[in-house]
Amino acid sequence: MSNYKVPTMAEMAAKGESPEVLFWVGCAGSFDERYKAVTQAFVKILNKVGVSFAVLGPEETCTGDPARRAGNEFLFQMQAVANIQVLNGYNVKKVVTACPHCFNTIKNEYPELGGNYEVIHHSQFLQQLINEGKVALQGGGEFKGRKITFHDSCYLGRANNVYEAPREVIKALDVELVEMKRCKTKGLCCGAGGAQMFKEPENGKKDINVERTEEALATGANTIAVGCPFCLTMMSDGVKNKNKESEVKVYDLAEMIAKDMGI
Amino acid sequence: MSFLPQIVFLIIFGLAAWILAKRVKFLNRNIHLGKGTTRNDQTDARWKTMMLVAFGQQKMFKRIIPAVLHLFVYVGFIIINLEVLEFVLDGILGTHRLFAPFLGGVYVAAMNFFEFLAIAVLLSCVIFLIRRNIVKVPRFTKPEMKGWPSMDGNLILIIEIVLMLAILTMNATDQILAERGVEHYLALGGLAFSGLIQPLFEGLSDMQLIIVERAAWWFHIVGILGFAIYVTYSKHLHIFLAFPNTWYSNLKPKGEMENMPEVTNEVNMMLGIPTDNPNEPPAEIARFGAKDVNDLTWVNVLNAYSCTECGRCTSECPANITGKTLSPRKIMMDVRDRAEEVGKSMDAGGKGLEDGKSLLGDYITKEEINACTSCNACVEACPVNIDPLSIILQMRRYVAMEESGSPAQWNSMFQNMETSFSPWKFSPADRFNWAEKVKEEEIK
Ligand code: SF4
Ligand code: SF4
Repeated sequence: MSNYKVPTMAEMAAKGESPEVLFWVGCAGSFDERYKAVTQAFVKILNKVGVSFAVLGPEETCTGDPARRAGNEFLFQMQAVANIQVLNGYNVKKVVTACPHCFNTIKNEYPELGGNYEVIHHSQFLQQLINEGKVALQGGGEFKGRKITFHDSCYLGRANNVYEAPREVIKALDVELVEMKRCKTKGLCCGAGGAQMFKEPENGKKDINVERTEEALATGANTIAVGCPFCLTMMSDGVKNKNKESEVKVYDLAEMIAKDMGI
Repeated sequence: MSFLPQIVFLIIFGLAAWILAKRVKFLNRNIHLGKGTTRNDQTDARWKTMMLVAFGQQKMFKRIIPAVLHLFVYVGFIIINLEVLEFVLDGILGTHRLFAPFLGGVYVAAMNFFEFLAIAVLLSCVIFLIRRNIVKVPRFTKPEMKGWPSMDGNLILIIEIVLMLAILTMNATDQILAERGVEHYLALGGLAFSGLIQPLFEGLSDMQLIIVERAAWWFHIVGILGFAIYVTYSKHLHIFLAFPNTWYSNLKPKGEMENMPEVTNEVNMMLGIPTDNPNEPPAEIARFGAKDVNDLTWVNVLNAYSCTECGRCTSECPANITGKTLSPRKIMMDVRDRAEEVGKSMDAGGKGLEDGKSLLGDYITKEEINACTSCNACVEACPVNIDPLSIILQMRRYVAMEESGSPAQWNSMFQNMETSFSPWKFSPADRFNWAEKVKEEEIK
């Protein structure tokens, strides 16, 4: 038996190879303690299925999304242009990422700065793997028969109209998918987008993630599925705020698939 | 026969047209206080968007009750205005029911249909008034709706009701006169809805009926001309501007933030990347981001003048829902108010934009724009494709790049990104550490 592999673009290039797809990990995927598990789960799936992939590893840097949305266009473009030079240097064609913010920025904002790639979100990638029969789900295991609700990320849903892929992925598990009152085009933000993740919220009656968690809990679901590192943090904090962390779990789609595959 | 009524009509009509022309000029100039921007690509998609969203009311139908009521008022408005054409011609020519002899049965059917619409409009307006003032639908009672905006909303409904009552009164008295065989009046063989109120007027003499009929006619036509002028001072400008506004919609993915090419040039120079035209001197940049209305694009200002103040954006805004001061509707109202203020001052030979005030600061606070999660809920919700987010983000650019006035936590995020290429303060060398654990595990 061999170990899981995480090839970097540099290693591959040294061997004169190039992978089919670049896995863009993102800052949260690289540094956030909780979210690193998602990155690891996704890498395991890629290994298991035999997808030819690589990561940038130490060469990756922030896409610049939070800087741009907080108004610092200079910083954003410095980051973006540097990243595009690296990506173009490796002649990258296809990018997959688990972060809707990275997804949106690389897909929609890099082209104008000279970076043109086919960019897909890991929910779309997982859906493809499932449809092609490459991911064989056992339909049993931890999630069997569970009530699950999916929290739409603004940058995946409204910003890019990806509503169905994550739902298809969830439905492929043997579970009951329940929708929140505000979902899809009317979904409610977790509160972290637009660089809000990096500062305290303005004064108000309530924090946005608490409002959203209340809505998720109202469905009676015992699992909240997300497809975004910020949503994962915000919803987990919301569940803690409501003292429900023993009954209600927050998972990323990749983690759920990996668990079901028994890896 | 005296030509006096025709002369009076022409004077009133001409006056209304003159005032309207002046208003249109004023509004057009105000909209073009905004910077130039081109949105003339993809004309097919633009026509389609306009037909679906403005003409077809597509986005209204996310909320079914107001959608149906609004549809009545909208269809009523368009179709009853066909009748106004006859009104105007009658007024100029001194005729009465000019089209009736030509159209015969079709005319009667049309009149009955107009009356049905008049009733539908009337009832819808009554329900709208109840929703605003008695049920108090929450989105109509937010702080920015105090005073004129709430008055404006009610006034227009009352004007519509009165105008519809005038049509029905006119038709009812007109038909009694026709049945009595009074000269000039044409019997249409009974009108379905005004027929119901005919008994109210049966007791009047011919002369009294003529007075009521003429009064209703004049009231209606003068009312409509007045309404047209009033609309240009009101949020009801949306009945016209919804069309160009949707035509100039943002067709790019909602998540894509507008690029700043002037920044790209400088960044390329700093990174030593050859630019397209290296000999061209860097453009003179007036200001990064938006501080005042003239820093926005004219599409932003057109958006503001197209805003119906319906508050659908605000009622979906996560920041507003959780009690923050941000309300996307207020952002749009502020832009309009500022454009009006500047425009009026310029017309009066005043200081215009140089009055020491600005949109950001005097109208919109940093607290408001900082609270936005850029979630696009407001953009999605707006029935006429207004984009409040674009304005908010341009203001953040001004604060960040011209003032360095972003919240302290954002400034430290900027610093982290500059020094360690991540919004968090982690060493870039640790970026790949997550892989260690996986690499040790065996594939099961
Ligand atoms: S984009 Fe900003 S203003 Fe619009 S709904 Fe979201 S938080 Fe509110
Ligand atoms: S911006 Fe759109 S949704 Fe918001 S109040 Fe104006 S018309 Fe309504």
